[in-house]
Amino acid sequence: MVDVTPADAVPPAEVGEVELYHPHSWWTKYVFSQDAKVIAVQYSATATAIGLVALVLSWLMRLQLGFPGTFDFITPEAYYQFITVHGMIMVIYLLTALFLGGFGNYLIPLMVGARDMVFPYVNMLSYWVYLLAVLVLVSSFFAPGGPTGAGWTLYPPQAIMTGTPGGQDWGIILMLSSLILFIIGFTMGGLNYVVTVLQGRTRGMTLMRLPLTVWGIFTATVMALLAFPALFVACVMMLLDRLLGTSFFMPAIVEMGEQLQHNGGSPILFQHLFWFFGHPEVYIVALPAFGIVSDLISTHARKNIFGYRMMVWAIIAIGALSFVVWAHHMYVSGMNPYFGFFFATTTLIIAVPTAIKVYNWVLTLWRGDIHLTIPMLFALAFIVTFVNGGLTGLFLGNVVVDVPLSDTMFVVAHFHMVMGVAPILVIFGAIYHWYPKVSGRMLDETLGRFHFWVTFLGAYLIFFPMHYLGLMGVPRRYAELTDMTIMTESAHHLNSFISIMAFIVGFAQMVFLFNLIWSIRHGREAGGNPWRATTLEWQTPETPPAHGNFGKELPIVYRWAYDYSVPGAKQDFIPQNVPGTFGPSREPT
Amino acid sequence: MAIALVLVLVVVGSVLFHFLSPWWWTPIASNWDYIDNTIIITFWITGVVFSAVVLFMAYCVFRFRHREGNRAAYEPENRRLESWLTVVTAVGVTALLVPGLFVWSRFVNVPSEAADIEVVGQQWQWSFRLPGKDGKLGTSDTRDVTSDNPLGVAPKDPNGQDDVLVEAADLHLPVGKPVKVLLRSIDVLHDFYIPEFRAKMDMIPGSVTYFWFTPTRTGTFQVLCAELCGQGHPLMHGVVVVDTEQDYQAWLGQQQTFAQLSAPQQTGSADRRPGETTASGPDIAAKLETVEAR
Repeated sequence: MVDVTPADAVPPAEVGEVELYHPHSWWTKYVFSQDAKVIAVQYSATATAIGLVALVLSWLMRLQLGFPGTFDFITPEAYYQFITVHGMIMVIYLLTALFLGGFGNYLIPLMVGARDMVFPYVNMLSYWVYLLAVLVLVSSFFAPGGPTGAGWTLYPPQAIMTGTPGGQDWGIILMLSSLILFIIGFTMGGLNYVVTVLQGRTRGMTLMRLPLTVWGIFTATVMALLAFPALFVACVMMLLDRLLGTSFFMPAIVEMGEQLQHNGGSPILFQHLFWFFGHPEVYIVALPAFGIVSDLISTHARKNIFGYRMMVWAIIAIGALSFVVWAHHMYVSGMNPYFGFFFATTTLIIAVPTAIKVYNWVLTLWRGDIHLTIPMLFALAFIVTFVNGGLTGLFLGNVVVDVPLSDTMFVVAHFHMVMGVAPILVIFGAIYHWYPKVSGRMLDETLGRFHFWVTFLGAYLIFFPMHYLGLMGVPRRYAELTDMTIMTESAHHLNSFISIMAFIVGFAQMVFLFNLIWSIRHGREAGGNPWRATTLEWQTPETPPAHGNFGKELPIVYRWAYDYSVPGAKQDFIPQNVPGTFGPSREPT
Repeated sequence: MAIALVLVLVVVGSVLFHFLSPWWWTPIASNWDYIDNTIIITFWITGVVFSAVVLFMAYCVFRFRHREGNRAAYEPENRRLESWLTVVTAVGVTALLVPGLFVWSRFVNVPSEAADIEVVGQQWQWSFRLPGKDGKLGTSDTRDVTSDNPLGVAPKDPNGQDDVLVEAADLHLPVGKPVKVLLRSIDVLHDFYIPEFRAKMDMIPGSVTYFWFTPTRTGTFQVLCAELCGQGHPLMHGVVVVDTEQDYQAWLGQQQTFAQLSAPQQTGSADRRPGETTASGPDIAAKLETVEAR
């Protein structure tokens, strides 16, 4: 390396020494731990476990759609329970929990140079309340009547009526209670992530030196703290409608010839509250993925992320705009149709910062030194699926185009591609990338490549053709696709093909799980910084990092997170805590 | 290396699939070919962007793959390129939005000559109501629903007496005449959707929603419910028959009015109290059986 001279531009802000809680027993070290890294693993393991339930549910519904009438146990009632719980788990209990509770907990303190989250005890509580929420959800499978079959959107009035599975049984009550618990748990964790990013950064770590992973998780958390309350009140009100007979969402209704006691409520109000949460939720899942994938691409292409400042502002712009687009989920809901003009405009505007992010990822590859590692492969696959899913969003966001496509398989294909497949590919990439830090060992390369190819191509083959079923007019949420005059014989064959691909892709996830477990003991030793990355989590004295993360001295940050292939430096990366200037500094500030 | 090839194949495969696969929209039967045209514009713009981005990526992966001694360029920002891309994207988005909003304004502004018809959804069947000779639909209220008055037409409203009721049967429409579809539900959300007409709209208990269209060819079309409405949702099919004017009038002549249908029992249902049970109570299984039998 060239001679280094300490930079004098380091802000002198002092970070006080944090008095850490030190565990005294096995229980407080591994179970009731207050170490964000242990909590992260707990969150991730729980989210993965419940995610497996959702995966099995997706198989069951694909059995029914691909081979209708073959499996007697999949009654329409059961089918609706499967789709509901599948959707809810995937969106809330898997993706939200894994990105924020899992990656947020592990990466925020390490990446900003903190010893732990600022409120470790509350952080621990956050996980246990989340676990309780998951258990309440699971318990609905064993309750009389089974889980709710109202669809993951839980639209009233049907959600709390007899014609819907679980509507007048335990299902809907347990679902709403579980969501309420989840939000309480999330709020405790979320406050932690926000305050840690704002207050817990080490010396020299200015906001504009944060890795984009932290920016993504931070912005998503702020959004979640603003959006989840809308879902919270909607859940409480629906519980009151169901249990006490209030009429927040229930107008006068005749159910199967019987006048119900409700009167004067508004079903549309629920939809507004739900989507006021639900649309930001899409970005709560997407922004951490955006951030993480930026870092994966930069690290594995050995090149700084292109347009860092633009990337940060795009994240913030997307986060802000996502609060004024929610009613694009409601173009055909019967709300005032003139809303369509406003919401179509805001929705299409959001495409601009989103497109900028895509350009910048691709331009980061341009003139890079691209190592086709497994995290890089997943990052590339993410761009393909995200661009595909994002572009179909331009169909659905453009109000009049949404009219024929809304509530069809086109919508199912779109949101699975953009907020199912794309973020999960990032999660996989991220796990292959950070597993060596968490466990000290590399994941197996051969199994990893098998997992990548089957997952990427399989998922694309599932969801790309599905759009065309929707274009044909095949509605979503149909337990039976019999007697449909619009569906040709070949469309039914396409459904069988999609189902077979779904089983194959699901199987590949078992290989991945095996890899995760097997490599803990048998993986190749990773060393502290196997990817030769710049960010602070790779500069810890121990791998896996000990409690307190950084040994005796907290690192001091001298540069941004993207000093890869700096002209004049011998190595093709300069960690953030290495002082000195190498040639003319072009770090954007 | 394989990945660069696969990325190219993804683009080529997707484009070929788009043009060659047999799965496409149903032949249109309404005036909303505007919507189809907007979809085609959107396919072109998004298709070009998708292909360009993924092919560019494939090129980068191939051209800039790691080889011994390679080193990446160091270029944190490029203001000109970034602003240029932003402008191009904004133009593309505008090219999608403007025709979209233009067609939407047609969709929400109902022509004055459109004839009102009412569709009533309930778990899990469709009923219809046409204004009688006076050309006006009588008012309605879910609270007025009884077994004798299943659509809840206000019993005392003179405008409603000559309304033509089509209960759980097929609706006929004359070809070439614009219709404003008024949508109403007496229980949960439903959505009146006929793929060939391209239009759909939710029905909400307690509100009346609407859309309009002009049937452009005769034929028999299947009505689908497009908003999850309970376990019978996938069975909630209906039929709309688009007739020539002559056939339509013949059909209309056979239908019964509200007054005719409710004459014998009208006194019995007039002073019913809200909340009173009018049938033996919800029996989902029996209901599903009758729906399935149809």
